Amino acid sequence: MNLDFTTIIDYIPFILGGIGTTLQFVSVSILIGLLLGTLLAICKIANNKILQGFAHGYTSIFRGTPLLLQLMLIHYAIPQLTGYNTPTYVSAILAFGLNSGAYVSEIIRAGILAVDPGQQEAALALGVPKRPMMIHIILPQAFKNILPALINEFITLTKESSLVSTIGYLDLMRRAQIVEANIYRSFEPLIFVGFIYWIMVFILSKIGRLIEWRLRQSDKG
Amino acid sequence: MIKVEQLTKKFGENLVLNNITTSIHKGEVVAIIGPSGSGKSTFLRCLNLLERPSSGKIWMNGTEITGQKVNIQGIRKNIGMVFQQFNLFPHMTALENVTYAPRIVKKLSPQEAEEKGRAVLARVGLSEKEMSYPAQLSGGQKQRVAIARALAMEPDIMLFDEPTSALDPEMVKEVLDVMKGLVDTGMTMVVVTHEMKFAEEVADRILFMDQGVIMEEGKPEEFFRNPQTNRARDFLSKVL
Repeated sequence: MNLDFTTIIDYIPFILGGIGTTLQFVSVSILIGLLLGTLLAICKIANNKILQGFAHGYTSIFRGTPLLLQLMLIHYAIPQLTGYNTPTYVSAILAFGLNSGAYVSEIIRAGILAVDPGQQEAALALGVPKRPMMIHIILPQAFKNILPALINEFITLTKESSLVSTIGYLDLMRRAQIVEANIYRSFEPLIFVGFIYWIMVFILSKIGRLIEWRLRQSDKG
Repeated sequence: MIKVEQLTKKFGENLVLNNITTSIHKGEVVAIIGPSGSGKSTFLRCLNLLERPSSGKIWMNGTEITGQKVNIQGIRKNIGMVFQQFNLFPHMTALENVTYAPRIVKKLSPQEAEEKGRAVLARVGLSEKEMSYPAQLSGGQKQRVAIARALAMEPDIMLFDEPTSALDPEMVKEVLDVMKGLVDTGMTMVVVTHEMKFAEEVADRILFMDQGVIMEEGKPEEFFRNPQTNRARDFLSKVL
């Protein structure tokens, strides 16, 4: 058996640098996905056929095609039309943010529909207009219910982020590949970044549990 | 104060309210009773347009609220409503529940809203619970907070949709007592209820509904002692 982790020691700082680049674009993508997802979810439950159609069409396209394809289209195909090269960072954020928005919108839509209709009735009966009702009454309760599903989506996004290595973005995965090419060994760098991904996801799920636990406190009698 | 003319409500093919005409005067307490499925709750919910009438007209203080260009929110803020299932906002404390609408709808400052909120919580006897979340309150306490929430908007009229039906028996009295207190202040009230004793005691008028129509209406002492219709006699023999 040929296994020697000392071969990657010199490259560890280089690989660890990928944590920052990965986290940076994943967190921006999550924010875009959340914002976009909330807007799309509101379009889906709105009394407006055009908004509904747009939101459902959007979701259908972004969930119905591979993320890798979307990434390639944004990074390689769009510059062909516009004549401008998109920086890898921007392409990565766009592809992941737009894609995540589609998934998050479905999660939030389900969450909104799961809030007791009595809540809306109570707000309406008090004369509260639709917008503050959504922001103060419905969405906070919806978010609480869907938190586990949202954390799950963030975990998926963190792992799938390795796809951006294909457009040359210097994330964890890409760095592992560069080390592979330098030392002609695959096992050690791949196992090492695999471990880092696992730790990141582990921390993310712990944070999720913590937030859930905090939110539950208000339910206890 | 409220005038209802030929009010009809259909859910699909199902005729729930059939041509109802009545009126409710200022300071009057009206109890609506009748078997389940008779349209009592739907009638009540039409009064603040939580249900849109299929046809017919409703006037409130002289304005037709069933018209096309009516500001529904402006009307609803003057009509308090209390639900069977309380419908308190679970992520807000009792005080936040009662101050929310005055702040958002009436644009009161947080200080003014809290002052008013504490006053209405005191009125329902829950001053010491202002920091509690709904999940920390008993059913009776929840319903009293719900009444306080409606009162905080200083409505002209209060609608009660079976306010004690979801409560454990030992908590019914505390809610009815709060409602009696409201009657004493001269509040106009419409109460859908199964509490016959309460209806007999505090109502100025009983509306007996069955199959979407008002079968009988009158003073409680007359209605309970001497019901005119077979349906009412039959109903009373089952519930009394």
